[in-house]
Amino acid sequence: MEQLPILIPLPLLAASLVVPLAGLWAPRAVFPISVAAVALSAAMSALALAEVVAGGEALRYTLGGWAPPIGIEYVVDHVAAFVTAVITGVALLVVVAARRAAAREAAGRRGLFYALVLLLLAGLTGMVVTGDLFNVFVFMEISSLAAYALVFRGGRAGMLAAYRYLILGTVGGSFYLLGVAFLYFTTGTLNMTDMARLLGEAEPNISVAAGAAFIFAGLGMKMALVPLHLWLPDAYTFAPSSVNSLIAPIMTKVGAYVMVRMFISVFPEGYLADEVPVSQALIALGLAGSVYGAYAAMGQRDLRRMLAYSSVSQLGLLAVGIGIATPLGLAAALLHVMNHALMKGALFLTAMSMRMGAGVSDVRMLAGLGRRMPATSAVFAVGAVAMVGIPPTAGFFSKWYLSIAAIDEGLWFVLAVVLASSLLSAVYLFRVIERLYLAPAPAIAGGADDAPNAAAPAQDAPARESPLDVTLPMALLALATIVLGVLNVVVMERVLEPGL
Amino acid sequence: MTGESVSSPLPFVAVLVPLAAAAAAPVLGRWPNAREAASIAAALATFGFVAALLPGASDGKAATVSLLELSPGIEVALRADAAGMLFALLASFLWVLAAVYSIGYMRGLEERKQTRFYAAFALSVGAALGVAFAANLLTFVLFYELLTLFTYPLVVHRETPEAVRAGRKYLAYTLTGGLALIGATAWLAMLGVDASFQAGGFLGEQRWWTDGQLWALFFLLAGGVGVKAAVMPLHSWLPAAMVAPTPVSALLHAVAVVKAGVFGMVRVLIFVFGADLLRDMGAWQVIAAASGATLILASFLALRHDNLKRRLAYSTISHLSYIVLGVALLGPLALTGALLHMVGHGVTKITLFFCAGAIHVRTHRDQVSGMAGIGRQMPVTMGAFALAALSMAGIPPFILFTSKWYLGWGAAEVGQQAFLIVYMASGVLSAAYLFPIVIRAFAARSPDFPPFGEADARMVAPIAVVALLGLAWGIAPDLPFGFFELASSVAADAFPSSAPAAEAAP
Repeated sequence: MEQLPILIPLPLLAASLVVPLAGLWAPRAVFPISVAAVALSAAMSALALAEVVAGGEALRYTLGGWAPPIGIEYVVDHVAAFVTAVITGVALLVVVAARRAAAREAAGRRGLFYALVLLLLAGLTGMVVTGDLFNVFVFMEISSLAAYALVFRGGRAGMLAAYRYLILGTVGGSFYLLGVAFLYFTTGTLNMTDMARLLGEAEPNISVAAGAAFIFAGLGMKMALVPLHLWLPDAYTFAPSSVNSLIAPIMTKVGAYVMVRMFISVFPEGYLADEVPVSQALIALGLAGSVYGAYAAMGQRDLRRMLAYSSVSQLGLLAVGIGIATPLGLAAALLHVMNHALMKGALFLTAMSMRMGAGVSDVRMLAGLGRRMPATSAVFAVGAVAMVGIPPTAGFFSKWYLSIAAIDEGLWFVLAVVLASSLLSAVYLFRVIERLYLAPAPAIAGGADDAPNAAAPAQDAPARESPLDVTLPMALLALATIVLGVLNVVVMERVLEPGL
Repeated sequence: MTGESVSSPLPFVAVLVPLAAAAAAPVLGRWPNAREAASIAAALATFGFVAALLPGASDGKAATVSLLELSPGIEVALRADAAGMLFALLASFLWVLAAVYSIGYMRGLEERKQTRFYAAFALSVGAALGVAFAANLLTFVLFYELLTLFTYPLVVHRETPEAVRAGRKYLAYTLTGGLALIGATAWLAMLGVDASFQAGGFLGEQRWWTDGQLWALFFLLAGGVGVKAAVMPLHSWLPAAMVAPTPVSALLHAVAVVKAGVFGMVRVLIFVFGADLLRDMGAWQVIAAASGATLILASFLALRHDNLKRRLAYSTISHLSYIVLGVALLGPLALTGALLHMVGHGVTKITLFFCAGAIHVRTHRDQVSGMAGIGRQMPVTMGAFALAALSMAGIPPFILFTSKWYLGWGAAEVGQQAFLIVYMASGVLSAAYLFPIVIRAFAARSPDFPPFGEADARMVAPIAVVALLGLAWGIAPDLPFGFFELASSVAADAFPSSAPAAEAAP
C-alpha cells in the first residue's frame, strides 16, 4: 500500500474530470459518482490512519518514482492521516446531506457544481498529504479557485462575496508563495524534510525570517485569523447553503493544518518563537479573534452569519493552540480541528435544513421550530452545547487541552480568555436555543421584514422537518461530537501524541 | 483515599437508571400513565441501587467503579463513600416522593410539555447522583456541568419571558462557576496531581505550592461550587429560578442542585484542601465570613418577601450557608452537624415547597398575605407546613434542631463562639419569617375564600411523609439509613486526630 498517500486525493481529482461529462450525458449519475469518490477518499484516509497508527511510521510515496528532493514526495504521518480522515469523513456526510439543497442551488449545472466540490476536496486533501512546499501552494490554489467559484453561485450577494474572497485569497496565496520563494533562496529545496534539515544547519538569516513571516501571513489569510478574516463572514453567509456547510467546517482547518506542518516539519524547533515572533503573533491575534468573533456573533441576525463569526472565534482558539507550539498545544489545536469540523458541520447543516424546511435563516424567525423541526433543532442544541463546551462533548476537550497547554507555559491570560470565550459563545448560542424552543411560533406569513436573506421559498408554508437523508448525516455529526468527546483519549494517545 | 475500596459497578448503575428513565420518557410520552409509572419505577429502582451501596459505605468499604479515561491519566471514577452516600441517599429517596408529587402537581395545573419535564427531571437526578459519587475532580466537574445543562429546561419550563430571563441568569451564574472549576481542574491536571478526593485533602501533601497559587486555586474552586451553594454574592440566580414548577423548586432547588453546591464545598474544603492547609492559609475565614453574612442577610431578605416561594428561596440561601459555615469551621462536630443539616434541610425544605405547590394548585395563590385562614381548609398541608417551620426554627425534637445543636457545639469546640451566636440568631429569624404564615393560616379568617379543601392525594401523601420524616429523623437520625453514623464517620475520617463525636442524638 505504498501508494496510499496519493490515493487519498486521486479519486477526487479523477472524479472531478468525469463528473462534468456525466453532467452532460447522465445527470443522474453525477451525485452517485461524486459520493463514491468522496467515500473512496475517506476510506483511503481511514486506511492510511489505521496503517500509520499500527505501524508507527509515516507512509511516503514519491510521484513518478523521482526520489526527493528532486521529485515530489507525498507523506502521510499521524497528523496528516488524522486531518484527511476528518476532512473526508465530514465532507462525505455533508455532501450526502446537502444533496437536495445542491440540486436546487446548482439548478441544471449539476455536473459543474459537483466537479467544483470534488476539486475543492482534492485540493484540501492534497495540501494535507503533500510533503513539498510548492505542491502545497498548487493544491491550495486548486481548492481556493474551486471555493471562489462555488461561493460565486450564491446569487448577487454571493458574487460580491466571492470577488472579495478571490482578492483576499489570492493575496494570501501569493504571500505564501513569496515566503516559500524566500526559503528556496536560502536552501535550494522545496521538500519539507530536506528543508527542515537545511534550515537546521543554516545560520539564521533575514531571508528565512522574511520567508516565515510571509508564509504565516498567507496562511493566516487562509485560516481567517483576525484581522485577516474579512472575507469569511460574507463568503459563509452568501454562499449557497450546500456550499457553506461544506467549506465552513473544513476549508479554514486545512490552512491551520499547514501552519502546524510548518511548526513540526519545516522550521527548526523554537525558530518560530525566538527568531521570528510568529508564535507570539498567533497567540495575540488568536485571543483577539476568539473574543472579537464571539462578540460579533452576538450581534448577528442571520444564523449563518452568526455561525461564520463563531468560526472566526473558534479559529482564534485554534491559532492560540498552534502559537503555544508545545506538543500539547499543537495536539489541542489538532483536536480542535476535528471537534470544530464536527460541530460546525452539524450547525451549518441545521442552518441549511432550516432554510430548506422553514425558509428562514433569520435568528428572530426561528421561533417555534423546536416543535416543527424536532430533529434539526435537536442537532442544533447538541452542536451548540458542544460549542459551549459542556463535558463530555468534544468541545469541552478542545478547551480542556488548550487550558492545560496554556497553564503549562504559564500563559494565565490565555487560560482566562479561553474560558471566557466559551461563556461568550454560550450567549449567542443559547439565544438561538431559546428561540427554537421557548418562543411561541409567530405567524410567519407576514414575516418578510428587513432580514437580508429571509429566504425565497414560500413564507407562509408551514415548516416541515427535512427528510431523513438530511437529518441522518446531521445527527451522525452531532453524535460524533459526543462519542469522540468521550473517547478523546484514544485520539490523543494513539494518534496525536505519537505524531507530535 | 482513606478507607478501603471495593470494585463494584453499582454506583454507575445508580447514575445510569435515571438517565435511562429520561430516554424512556419521550418514548412513553403519548401514554401519560405509563410515562409517570416509569418515572416512579425509575425513582424506586434508583433508590434501591443507592440503598444497596449503604452497607459498604458504612463499613468503610466504598464501592468504586472506573469507567474510562477522560483525559490522559484521569478516569471517570465513581466511588460511594460515606459523604457521597449522604447526598445520594437524600436525593434518590426524595426523588421517589417528588415523582409521586409531580404527577398531582403537573396534572392539577395541566402544565404543558410534561414529557420534557419528566425527562429533564430524571436527567437532573442522574447528574446529581454523579456529583455525589464522583471520585475525583474531573468527574465531579463533568456531572456538575451536566447538572447545569439538565436543569436549564426545567427552569425555563413555563416559557414565559420571566422564565426565559431566569434561565439566562441561571446559566450565566452556573456556567461561570463551572468555568472556574474547569480552570482549576485543568491546572491540577497539568501539574499531574492525582485529583482523587481524599479525606483530609490531597493538596496539603504537595508542599511546593506558593501562597499565591494556593489562594488562586482556592478562589477558583470555592467560587465555582459557591455559585450553586448560593453563597452571597453569588446567590441571585436562586430566587430567580423559582419561576420553575414547584416540584422543580422542591427537589432541585432545595435538594439536588443547591446541595450539589454545598456538597461540592465539602469536597473542596475537606477532600481537596483539607483542614490543616486551610487553617495554615487562613482561607477558612473567607468562607466563614461570607457564609456567616449570607446566613443573616438572607434571613432578613426572606422577611421582606410576600411571595411564598421567594421567601422560601431566601430561606434556602440562609440555610445553605448554615452548612457551608459548618464545613468552614473545620471541626469534627461542626462537620457532622453540617452534613446532618444538609440532610435535614433537604427533607424540611422539600416539605415547605411541596406545601407551597399544593396551595398553588388548589388556590392559585402565591402571596403569603393571601393565605390567611387557609389552614382551616387544608389542615394536612398546613399542619405539615407547621411541623417543617418548627424544624426550620430549630425547635427540638426536629431534625434541624439536632443538626444545629452539633453546628453550635462545633463552633464552640473550635473556639468560634461568635458563630454560635450567629446560628442562634438565625434560628430566631427563621421563626420570624415562617411562623407568621402558620399562625395566620390557622388563626386568622379570610372571608373571600371559596371552599376548596385539600389537594390531590398524590400531593398530600408525599407532604405528610416528608413532614413526619423531619420529626422522625430528629428523634432517631440513624433510622433507617444511618445518616448520623455516616456523617460522623466522614468527620472522623476528615479529622483523624480528634475523637469522633461518640454520642447519639440528644
